[in-house]
Amino acid sequence: MVAYDSARFTAAPSKGRVLLRRFSVRQTVFALVALSLSFAFMLPIIWMLFASFRTIPDLTSYPPTLLPHSWTFGNYTEVFRELPFLHLYQNTLLYAGTVTISSLVLDSMAAYALARLRFRGSSVVFFVIIILLMLPFQVTLVPLYILMHNLGLVNTLPGLIIPRLSNAFGIFFMRQFFLGLPHDLEDAARIDGASEWRIFRQVIAPLAKPALLALGLFYFQGNWNDLIWPLIMTSNARDGTLPAGLSLFNGQHNINYGVVMAGSVLTLIPVILLFLVVQKSFVQGIATTGTK
Amino acid sequence: MTTSQTRAAWLFLAPSVLVLGTFVVYPIGRALYLSFTDYSLLRPARWIGTKNYSAIVSDPAARNAIKNTLLYAAVTTIASVALALIIALLLNQRFPFRSIARSAVFIPFIVSLSIVSIAWSYLLDPDIGLLTYWGSKVGISAGQGFLVNPNLAMVSVIVVGIWKYLGFYVVMYLAALQSIPRDLQEAAVMDGAGPVRRFFNVTWPLLSNQTMLVAIIATITNVQAFDQIFVLTQGGPFFRTETLVVMIYRVGFQNLQFGYAAALSYVLVLILMIVSLVQVAYFRRKAVQY
Repeated sequence: MVAYDSARFTAAPSKGRVLLRRFSVRQTVFALVALSLSFAFMLPIIWMLFASFRTIPDLTSYPPTLLPHSWTFGNYTEVFRELPFLHLYQNTLLYAGTVTISSLVLDSMAAYALARLRFRGSSVVFFVIIILLMLPFQVTLVPLYILMHNLGLVNTLPGLIIPRLSNAFGIFFMRQFFLGLPHDLEDAARIDGASEWRIFRQVIAPLAKPALLALGLFYFQGNWNDLIWPLIMTSNARDGTLPAGLSLFNGQHNINYGVVMAGSVLTLIPVILLFLVVQKSFVQGIATTGTK
Repeated sequence: MTTSQTRAAWLFLAPSVLVLGTFVVYPIGRALYLSFTDYSLLRPARWIGTKNYSAIVSDPAARNAIKNTLLYAAVTTIASVALALIIALLLNQRFPFRSIARSAVFIPFIVSLSIVSIAWSYLLDPDIGLLTYWGSKVGISAGQGFLVNPNLAMVSVIVVGIWKYLGFYVVMYLAALQSIPRDLQEAAVMDGAGPVRRFFNVTWPLLSNQTMLVAIIATITNVQAFDQIFVLTQGGPFFRTETLVVMIYRVGFQNLQFGYAAALSYVLVLILMIVSLVQVAYFRRKAVQY
């Protein structure tokens, strides 16, 4: 099970050579298993990518194949004509982008107060945050929808965005991060007469970059991908976001499936790219969740 | 405790308190009130006591949804934890292309479940589905189709649910595996323990804290299953895959029975609380310090 030890406990050179050969056979087996596993995991996404370059007769031919029989780029031009794709894309980007930026700012402000300032009511606020973390989002759905309806915000972008401008999970996450920072710098700044806002902006926030990056990707992908909230907040497929819109368009009978595939690929790409860019800090963010 | 710090603290908190108070705390309380009313599109809220809750107990649809939710969550969670551990043990070894495999396993977690479920719906299609076809080649017959067959539909949405979140749990396990002190493994090797004994006597006990965390996160996620079910089966066939959240969506936003939907959402809260408490109690007895 543990690979490193077979290499480590080889004393005699002759024995070592035998072990070295076994080691590489073992490595080859692991690599083959892992690559098959990778293929299995990526299959739906790989299939979708190929499907987006297929014509309808090719896509529906029997027996089904993974690779296209012939390639077409038509789906990628048609998607902008057959679906309100640009509009949906713009909605999704504005929604996920605004929620991400606003949450990062408001959450870390609240977290700064909870982690670094001493004040009456601090523990009550923190207790409420913990309670909110334990309750599922779905419990708010009905009253939230009615509230947004009464405010006239159903079917609008602000209606989607405003309830998510701040987030209890982010406050908790950033508070835990801020608690781990040393006090020396901010004490020095406080003695120099700096305001709390300045300490937050110029001392604490810059130190929190890795945590903010991980939280930011978490928010962006979460909202970019979200289905149920945009689904109930928009009454037709045209005014929502990409996941809700494409799911609904895909359910229609007269839809061009190749076009839905092209739209889907274009929806997946930004999140995958973003992930590959900040992969390291994101994965570290997850890895440390349990230890704090 | 200074007054200037108190003032600053509340200024820092004000925007979040306003947003969370209006759009989270108030709806949570309001949902509790609505769950005791017969509020619907047709009539304003009228207090009916616990009638919604007693209706849930006798409503076959609600009982079915609760049963499906528990079945889905139990199978998906247990399978996810076991598979995540096995894959993490594999990806913790040294071999070529390891980082590619780690990314490939993780990518389903970051992409939209509803969007990739569109791909799954084609892969599982009875006529043109690639997986249906490959399955038939190795003797797996889907009958009317994986998503139409009443017995296979639940299996299908479970497989997609496992596939989506597994990478996240693998990363959590990898982190825990890397934090196990090496000298413990080496000491076991010195004592002549083989790989299997090393796993059961060293690795597995030391992973129990992380197993608890993974199991709790997975349960909370799985009890709330919605996206792939909405795209793949809409809760069908014959409500066989209708989970609580799918039913809340149907009752609340298609039938517009707000009071009943609010009561169902509190049943969800109750289930989540019970499951989490049981898990914490179970694992606390087994937790290991090192």
